[in-house]
Amino acid sequence: MKLSKIIIAVLLSAPVYFFSCKAKDSDIQAKITEKFSATPDLAGANASVSDGVATLTGEVKDDAAKGQAEAAAKDVKGVKSVVNNLTITPPPPPPANVIPDSALSQGVIDATKDFPTVSASVNNGEVTLTGSIQRSDLTRLMQSLNSLHPIKINNQLNVK
Amino acid sequence: MSLQDKYKQLIDAAKAAGVQNLQVNEQGNVLHIDGTSDSATKDKLWNIYNTIDPDYRAGDLALNITVNASSGTRAKVSTDNTNLNIRKGPGTDQPVVGKAAHNEVVTLLSKPNDQWWLIKTDSGVEGYAYAQYLTPQ
Repeated sequence: MKLSKIIIAVLLSAPVYFFSCKAKDSDIQAKITEKFSATPDLAGANASVSDGVATLTGEVKDDAAKGQAEAAAKDVKGVKSVVNNLTITPPPPPPANVIPDSALSQGVIDATKDFPTVSASVNNGEVTLTGSIQRSDLTRLMQSLNSLHPIKINNQLNVK
Repeated sequence: MSLQDKYKQLIDAAKAAGVQNLQVNEQGNVLHIDGTSDSATKDKLWNIYNTIDPDYRAGDLALNITVNASSGTRAKVSTDNTNLNIRKGPGTDQPVVGKAAHNEVVTLLSKPNDQWWLIKTDSGVEGYAYAQYLTPQ
């Protein structure tokens, strides 16, 4: 008598378990997503949860952030396991090959040698041009200077 | 307007012309465009640059197009009308070992850097000349 009651109770509540399981997945997902959006390093991570398994997708900046996201997801109640499919954002392209001022200065002397009316100074990778130049010579000078990889060229030349 | 938008015409032209190793990076409000092409494409891109930013006043673009030329290539001396100094080493502080005439065609031996190329004239003078004055044929 007692046993059959228990069986009936279990059978009756089974659909509720299935239903609550679904609801739980979405709750878990919401909690993980909330955690990710609250952490700047994890803003690019997304989670989807199915039967308590959280699958992480998206991009984060490095391995540490990837591990951090996984730990944060595991920490949420109801998560059975985590599939970490996060990818690392590729590093930005290396900075342009900037040469030190001393080497840049020598290159600038070479580049301006044929333009005696041009004065050039070099400071922190920037070349500043003063004086004057014929317009027909300007492109050639700028091409030479650009090939030296300066950070910037400040052209204050009086172009004639 | 972003720098990539400002110089879009230039970037598009570089892509269309098949500039090799084309790199477009923005750093500290300066757009760096690097790549390798033939000299005609380089001139074309510089013309576009000068159209977008007349007389190169803005200082927001570093355009570095290296001319593609392998050793053995013939190159024409493209000075305005003067002789081109051929030097013992790569630098204007190096002694002049000979000269190549305006419009003379010389042979490129190697490119130690983007500024100075090692060349040899048909009369046998060998040394470094400023690459800006050499146009590969």
